[in-house]
Order: sequence, then C-alpha cells, then structure tokens
Amino acid sequence: MTQFNGPAQYGFAERWLPRLVLAPSFLLTLVFIYGFIAWNGYLSFTASRLLPNYEWVGLAQYETLFANERAWVAVKNLFIFGSLFIGGGMAMGILLAVFLDQKIRGEGVLRTIYLYPMALSFIVTGTAWKWMLNPGLGLEKLVHDWGFTSFTFDWLVNPDMSIYTVVIAGIWQSSGFVMALFLAGLRGIDDSIIKAAQIDGATLPRIYWRIVLPALRPVFFSTLMILAHIAIKSFDLVMALTGGGPGFSSDVPATFMYASAFTRGQMGVGAASAMMMLATVAAIVVPYLYSELRGSRHG
Amino acid sequence: MQALRITLCAATMAVAFAANAAEVEVLHWWTSGGEAKAAAELKKMLEAKGHKWKDFAVAGGAGENAMTALKTRVVSGNPPTAAQIKGPAIQEWGEEGVLASIDDVAKKEGWDKLLPPVVSNVMKYKGSYVAVPVNVHRVNWLWVNPELLKKANAKAPNTLDEFFATAEALKKAGIQAVAYGGQPWQDATVFETVALAVGGPDFYKKAFVQLDANALKSPTMIKSLETYKRIKPYTDKNSAGREWNLATAMVINGKAAMQFMGDWAKGEFLAAGKVPGKDFLCLPAPGTAGDYTFNIDSFAMFKLPNKDAEKGEKDFASAVMSTQFQEVFNLNKGSIPVRAGMDMSKFDACGQQSAKDFQTTSKKGSLLPSFAHGMAMHSATQGAYYDAISQFWNDDKMTAKQAADKLVAAAKVK
Repeated sequence: MTQFNGPAQYGFAERWLPRLVLAPSFLLTLVFIYGFIAWNGYLSFTASRLLPNYEWVGLAQYETLFANERAWVAVKNLFIFGSLFIGGGMAMGILLAVFLDQKIRGEGVLRTIYLYPMALSFIVTGTAWKWMLNPGLGLEKLVHDWGFTSFTFDWLVNPDMSIYTVVIAGIWQSSGFVMALFLAGLRGIDDSIIKAAQIDGATLPRIYWRIVLPALRPVFFSTLMILAHIAIKSFDLVMALTGGGPGFSSDVPATFMYASAFTRGQMGVGAASAMMMLATVAAIVVPYLYSELRGSRHG
Repeated sequence: MQALRITLCAATMAVAFAANAAEVEVLHWWTSGGEAKAAAELKKMLEAKGHKWKDFAVAGGAGENAMTALKTRVVSGNPPTAAQIKGPAIQEWGEEGVLASIDDVAKKEGWDKLLPPVVSNVMKYKGSYVAVPVNVHRVNWLWVNPELLKKANAKAPNTLDEFFATAEALKKAGIQAVAYGGQPWQDATVFETVALAVGGPDFYKKAFVQLDANALKSPTMIKSLETYKRIKPYTDKNSAGREWNLATAMVINGKAAMQFMGDWAKGEFLAAGKVPGKDFLCLPAPGTAGDYTFNIDSFAMFKLPNKDAEKGEKDFASAVMSTQFQEVFNLNKGSIPVRAGMDMSKFDACGQQSAKDFQTTSKKGSLLPSFAHGMAMHSATQGAYYDAISQFWNDDKMTAKQAADKLVAAAKVK
C-alpha cells in the first residue's frame, strides 16, 4: 500500500509544497506592498487631510499638487540628482573597478577602503558632508586658513547649487558599491578573450571599451536598477545634508511627500505625490525590464 | 476599506482592551532636562488623585515624530488620553471628530475668566473646550549681548530704525550684528516680528490671521518684506540650516550681538550660567513693545471608550490648569503661566515682563497668535507661507513684490 501510494503523495507534495512555502510571502507582498499601493492610490482621490478619510474628490488633490511650485522644484531636483548620481556613481565605480582590476598590490586593502562608505548610513554621510561643505567649518574655511582668501565654495548655502551637494555626497557613498559589483563582473570574464584581443593588437582601453564592458551588460542592468531606486526614494541623505534647504531649493519628491502627508496635514496631496513617484519609477523601470527580459529570452 | 482598517487595527485593539481603564496616557515631547522635570511633576499630581500615569513621550523633530505616532494610534481606534497639540491644529483634529469636550471642568473652574478670549477660542472646538493650555511663550523678543553693544558704542534698539543703526555700528566695529538660523520656521519667526513692527497689530491680523489678499499685496507688506531682507547683510552666510540654539549660542559666546527668537531662548542663556539684565538683555523686538505674539502649548483631549478613563481625563485637565502645575512647569520651561492672577515672584525679570505684557496686550487687542508657531493658520497654509518667506530670504534675485504675490497664493492653500 505504502509503496503504491508513495509516488502519488510525492507528486502531490511536489506540486503543492512550493506553492505552500511561497504563499505567506506572496500574501504579505500582496497586502503590504500592492494592497497599500492601492490604498494610497485611493487616498489620493479623497479629501484626506490630517487623517485618512474617504470623501471622494476626484482629481482635486492632483490639481493642487500640479499647481504647487515646490512640487515642481522637487521634480526638477530629482532629475538633476537622479541623472548625475546614477551617471557619476556608475562612471566613478567603473573607473575604480578597472583600476583595481590591473592586478595591483594591496588590492584587498584598497577595495575595502573604497567599499567602506557603503557601510555608512545616509544620515552619517549627510551629516559628515554637511560639516565638510559648510563654508564656515569645512573646505572653504580650510582653504581660507591656508591663505587663499578669495576661494569660495558655498554650494551648501546657495539655493541654486544646493542640490549638487547632495549629488557629491551620493556619489561618494555609492561609487564603492558600484565598484564592487563591476569588479565581480570583471573577474568573471574569461582571460582568454582578453588575451586573444591583445594578440590582435588591441590597446587596453579599447579592450575594455569594446569587449569587457559590453560583456558586463547584466551588471549594468542591476547597478542601474539599484542606483535608480536609491535616487528616487532618496530622503535621508537630503534630510541630513540640507534639510531640503536653503528654503526648499533642494527638496526632492520624497521629502515633499513626507512634508505634505505628515507635517502639513495634506495627506491627500502627499498620496497624490506618492502616486506620481510610483508612476515615474514605473515609466523608467517597466520599459527597461521589458526590453531586458525579452532580450535574455532570445538568448 | 473598512475591512482593511479593522484587520490592521486588530492587534492594537487587543492591547487597548487589556489596558487598565483608569490609566492616563499622555503624548508629549517634553524629554529634555527642565521639561522632563515638569512632566514628572504632572505625573505626581495625577498619582495623588489615584490615577495611573502612562508616559507616551516621543522625542525629536519638534513634535513631528510624535504627530506621526499619534495619527497611527488614532486611526487604529486607540487614542491616548491627551496629546500635545496646539493652535488651529486643535480645530483640524476636531474636524476629524476625535476630540472630547471638557466643558464641565472648564465651567466649574471658570476657565473663561482665567484665560484671555484669544486663547480660550483656540482651546475650543465649536464652542466647547477640547484642549487645555499649558504655558505661554512670547515670540517677539530680541536677545542682546550688552557687552558687544558697549564695544561698538551702540545702544539697545527700541525701534526698527534704532535696530538698523545699532546693526550698522556693530558691523563697523567688526562684530556680527545678528545671529540667524536659516530654517523655514526661524525665517518665519523673524519675518512675522518684523511685519508686526512695520504694519502694527491690525495689519498683522489681516495678513496672518484673516489671510486677507489685499493686506498681503499691500505696500505695507512690500515694506515689511524689504525691511526683513535688510537684516540679511548683518547675518553670516553660514546661517543656512542652523539650529536656533546654535544661533543663541553665538549671542551667548559673543560671536554675534542680537537674535530675534521666542523666550525658549532664555533657557539656553540660563543653562550657560548667564544672568538676565546683566549678561544678556531680553527686549521686546524693536517696534513691537506694545504687542505680544504668543505661542501656547496645549493638550487636546481625545474621546475615550469608558467612564473611568473620562474621569482620569478630566482630572488631568484640571491638574494642568492648577496654579501649582502652571508655576512649576513654567519655571522649568522658561515660559509663563497662561492663567491670570498668578503670583510671579519666583520668575525672573524677563518672565515678569512677559506676564505683565500678556495681560495688558490682551486688554487692548494687540495679543496676537504667532503664525510661525502654528497658532494662526492651518498647517498646510502655514507651510505655504514658510515656503514663500524662506524662498524670499534665500533667493537674492526675488523681489518683494514677487514674494508678496507668493504669499497671496499661499493664503489660498487649504
């Protein structure tokens, strides 16, 4: 009997066990991510102020949002910050990875040093850079003390430049991490390909540019995804470094959303801006995911 | 949606039913030295009446964190007994339908007689008391380091003209005239004080309480904005993002001569061992000696599930208004008692003057709510005002006219 039933039970377990094991996390994801996205979406069409309420007001909150100058400053800052942070972080990281890949002495030590900023929280990074960039405490004072009194570096307190200080701190934090990802990728590339190219007479920059980096396409993909989501959700770095200031010149959508939903009693506007953030992420990520996944399916 | 809410709250509800009924739970953010001592005093008084005190202190963010915690509790149907909520925010919470009336306590103790009408109106939602005031902070103060003034041969200013003359003299003597913290609420604090000095109490009421568009784009407003911006050359450029207490420390340490700030700054001076009248001066901000902008902390009372808890709530309200608590708390906090007819002999000179001015301005109608401290408008409107003022202060290309237009737009934000 047991022998007869055995395979059948095994088949049942084989079919249902994975589903059973995955069910809790699937359910949690469904409720706590997609459920809350839907709830937030619903709130963005309501008259919610201090607390959620369910009085339907249509697109009124979106109208308020789009008429708000501060919201547009936040969006502009996100694009400045996002493109420079992703581009700069990636460029710095790849450069460091390529340099470290040259079989140099003390690589282990250098790698740790460059990777270390990633171990810090954005709050620490933001605070440290706030001190360094403060004209009366940090860099500018140092150079003044050296005797170059005409030197100015006041980006932190200059409303036109403050968002770029966030870029600097962000790149400092993330380039080591990008380096580690690319270094791992570089190590996975078959030496013989590079040797063959060398025999063909290709120079080292050319080998990297034409052969090695294109082979690292999947690494690009994952790095871009990681950096893009850090950029869009960036909140703590801005809060610690500039507090969104001077004025609201370095506001980003996440800080705007927090301010309207939690400190200004405009939960509806906050929900609407959160939906716009979601739409932005989706607009970038979905086409990219689509093309990448389709590409890999075709081999 | 209802179902979702119920599921979400199940856990917290379970805790709520298990809790002791006669417990008084108070949300506050009095966690620093003197304030914590004051809160402990309140606890003693309630325990003497046989209630159990449960501390619900949420530190940080000038109450922002606490508000987030409070919203979670209220949405889940398990509000604390009372929470530190002030100004028109009391109305906002009232509109959500979660506040409880404490009219019987107020009537028995005659709060209407003890409190100036400007104050008691803030504490009422639709005519009944839903909140109890704790203290009064005066916002329109100027803190002065007299030693630096002596060095520059300048005198302490009483009017705006004198203020700028003094500032100029200090600048010539190589002394930074004004200690400034460039955070939106501090920008607004200085601006409202300057606007009050330029336009007087009636203009102030129109612009910041009634949100009147004509006042906001009037020549008086333009002049207020321009006067406010005239202060900037007397500050240092590192002021962006500086905390108020660091700016106060600059006055204490003789790095800068004057600061516009509310009377919580006094605590910093006293903590540094300075003596009022000798090491530092507290003056009504130039041009506003006859006016008083107030910032009043209060506790709003929440609707509670049973009679025992309500009894505790009423005893709590009555304890907060008691002379004993008002004195102890305000001595520790640097503010003054809110109820009339208190013995002020234990308070220092600044406190005594503040208390005297509080009563006189209340009679002549120049006791005004400070909009920078959430006393005059809804938080959304206030935020929009902050944005306009901060932007004007920081952006040197922006004209006063443009800033005034922004204020008009801000007044429409609800």
